[in-house]
Amino acid sequence: MSVETSAVETDSTSADFMASVSSSEKQNRVSGFAISDEVVLETKDVNVYYGNHHALHDTSLAFHKDEITALIGPSGCGKSTFLRSLNLMNREIRGCRVDGEIEYRGHNINTPSENLYELRKSIGMVFQQPNPFHMSIYDNITFAPRRHGVRGKDVLDQMVEESLRGAALWDEVKDKLDKSAFALSGGQQQRLCIARTLAVHPDVILFDEPCSALDPISTLAIEDLMRNVVKDRAIVIVTHNMEQASRVSNRTAFFYMGDMVEYGETEQIFQRPNDARLNDYLTGMFS
Amino acid sequence: MARSAAQAQDAYLERSQRNDKIATGVLTLIVGLVMLIVVSMVLFILSQGIETLFKPGFLTEASRANGTQGGVAYQLFDSFYLLILTLAISLPISLGGAVFLVEYAPDGPITSIASTAIETLSSLPSIVVGMFGFLVFSVNFGWKYSILSGAVALTMFNIPILVRVIQQALEDVPASQRDACLAMGLTRWETTVHVLIPVAMPAIVTGVVLSAGRVFGEAAALLFTSGMSSPVRLNFFTLNFASPTCAWNVFRPAESLAVHIYKIYGEGSPEAQTIVWGTAALLMTCVLLFNVAARIVGKALARRMTAE
Amino acid sequence: MAKQMPKRNLEKVGLGVTGACVVLVTLVVLALIIMVAQKGLSAFFKDGVNIAGFFGGTKWDLSNSDQNGMPYTGALPLIVTSFSVTILSTIIALPVSLGSAIFAVEIRPRFGSKVFQPLIELLTGIPSVVFGLIGFHVVVGACKAIFGVSTGLGILPGSIVLAVMILPTVTTLSIDALRAVPDGYRQGSLALGYTRWQTIWHVVLKSALPSLMTAVILGMTRAFGETLAVRMVIGGIEKMPTGLLDAASTITTTLTTSMAVYAEGSAQDDILWALGLLLMGMSLIFILIIHLIGRKGAKARG
Repeated sequence: MSVETSAVETDSTSADFMASVSSSEKQNRVSGFAISDEVVLETKDVNVYYGNHHALHDTSLAFHKDEITALIGPSGCGKSTFLRSLNLMNREIRGCRVDGEIEYRGHNINTPSENLYELRKSIGMVFQQPNPFHMSIYDNITFAPRRHGVRGKDVLDQMVEESLRGAALWDEVKDKLDKSAFALSGGQQQRLCIARTLAVHPDVILFDEPCSALDPISTLAIEDLMRNVVKDRAIVIVTHNMEQASRVSNRTAFFYMGDMVEYGETEQIFQRPNDARLNDYLTGMFS
Repeated sequence: MARSAAQAQDAYLERSQRNDKIATGVLTLIVGLVMLIVVSMVLFILSQGIETLFKPGFLTEASRANGTQGGVAYQLFDSFYLLILTLAISLPISLGGAVFLVEYAPDGPITSIASTAIETLSSLPSIVVGMFGFLVFSVNFGWKYSILSGAVALTMFNIPILVRVIQQALEDVPASQRDACLAMGLTRWETTVHVLIPVAMPAIVTGVVLSAGRVFGEAAALLFTSGMSSPVRLNFFTLNFASPTCAWNVFRPAESLAVHIYKIYGEGSPEAQTIVWGTAALLMTCVLLFNVAARIVGKALARRMTAE
Repeated sequence: MAKQMPKRNLEKVGLGVTGACVVLVTLVVLALIIMVAQKGLSAFFKDGVNIAGFFGGTKWDLSNSDQNGMPYTGALPLIVTSFSVTILSTIIALPVSLGSAIFAVEIRPRFGSKVFQPLIELLTGIPSVVFGLIGFHVVVGACKAIFGVSTGLGILPGSIVLAVMILPTVTTLSIDALRAVPDGYRQGSLALGYTRWQTIWHVVLKSALPSLMTAVILGMTRAFGETLAVRMVIGGIEKMPTGLLDAASTITTTLTTSMAVYAEGSAQDDILWALGLLLMGMSLIFILIIHLIGRKGAKARG
């Protein structure tokens, strides 16, 4: 029953999305070029090992405020491994070791004494599969903030509305906040996951192939959303979809077999690649 | 020449197909036999005991003459009391143990020693657990034959079952749920308590109720711990917990339904025999109810979680 | 903002609380092993029971003493009986379990998972005294009628009852083992023109062999340690069995009847603990075998 309703609603809203997507495409033509000098997050010679396997070699990259950085490359090239190092999520994997410096706002976070829990409020993450909690939409948003000590119904109500508006989901779900998040469509669930991340006001958001489980319309909606929420923060997105990288990102890094091969403005990476491997990848010699 | 080769080929094919049919037939027969055994066992017990089960007083009267006359009211109460105490002790420990093994367990000797220990406990004969319980709780701790000794012995028997069930239930929760929590700066503890355990709840409940059925019918571990003497008189309304007739006194001896069957199965008198079969039917009914309840409750919880 | 425990401390609390549970269980198990071993060994080292006599002697009688004032402690009859019922029940249960598992996985998978498995799991829940009761009235009665013996108690009814009791364990684990064989193996074999039966026999069973062996050993572990059901049908006479319908007694059944009869610390009590130690030792050996099979399987898979 609820599934059918939500499917119909998705259809009715998809037209709105198409409209909003194309309008914001027009105003937001800056993607493809760098627009900021302010570095939020920076890695210096990061190496990742799984047991004895050396999965990522000496990667140094900087992520800038107001910019979207895309990490591209074939499967198994180390881009997701690198992404998961940025919020120290690799520490949750047994046998995984990350060496090197990861500087967040000028201070190295890759230390044993770093407070993971505070850090991860500042560096949020959105995953490949939409993974809402088995709770109501409202509780999905408020769960983490409440665990971090935010109290008061008014405060929480306001946070829910802000986050959902930020994720362009408010109008679709405002009347069913107490319904299970699993009654939403896949695209809506992913936007809910973004809203959930926005609720803790992160400074950086990491997207790990956020659209690979979604249909094209939902994908465009998420891309549009990324352009909107990147203001005042940095976004890093891992993607398999090169069109997506070229559509949304300001800068792009190309990974190949555990090496960060080339990094630059997206326009340059896609139009005038220097490295032969990148060129082969872009022309579809391998994927 | 070519013709005989073709014939040989045909013969081979025919033989293979015939073997296939015979094998299928034999297997069908075996399965039919197994199902017949299960169904006829259950029906046999129920049919032998159903009359006694509904006899007035059987479920409400105390047993007399060392169990060979009267009812099994106190044995029924003692069985449930033992079960509840056992779950009250074993559930928190098993939950903690399973969470540690799934969420925290650092690779290394401690974890492998612990999982080997739990595996060992699960394969120990229950009589050995009963002997250990007798020595430690009844003799060394001075608890004598008591409900508490019995419940602790049953706990040792139940913990490995529960740990495995809960471990499996937690491992079956998609990793993406855990990732989502951790990535928002929550601890593994919060992740487990607020997200993983609720998601795993249907499987955990099903497993706990099924294990309750096992505990309910266990007797060997109880012989030397809670004893084989049925109380003659129990007072449910006294608050004097030290009194040997207080129903809630955990230091009084007790006798479960299963132990009761073992105690009097060899008694020759017809009345004792009707009591044995009645008790067996009661035990079976309870175990069947646990079985059905486990499935229904598990399914209902799962439905409530996914649908809403 | 409400005051909250810092996250780092909360995590330490979680680790501490759950770790304490694991440590508690581990310590209890270690205590159990050590105490059983200590009590059991004291029969030999404190009371001077002869180890060779224990494993090789054929006269077991705790209530009478020999000329040295020691009870008769030849446990060989008990050991022989225990192994007999274990092996015999496995021989009865194995073909039935394996056959049912093949049927439930390969031939009628829907029926297998929807009807057969719940039914067989029901068998796991039936208390062992109920098995014993049915054995005492039905199986023993049948043995008496068929073979024309006076009591009908003995190793044969014991093995039959145990076979039914371990049936669910072995069947369920075998079903899991067969289900774990990748479908590609079956399709490959069928595509080569093998019949279903040939596929099952040459491909499926072969690749599931280590797990099937584990299933059988777990069944044997259960049969070896089972107590009351066996006690009710085996007769409980501690002498060397001379036939399958001769009243006998296993290690577990002797413990049931004699434990808690003799004073704590007496030679009789200690020798019973030696039997307990033997039981524990056997289940440790069974676990070891399962681990060895698992390790070998893991090595074979690479």
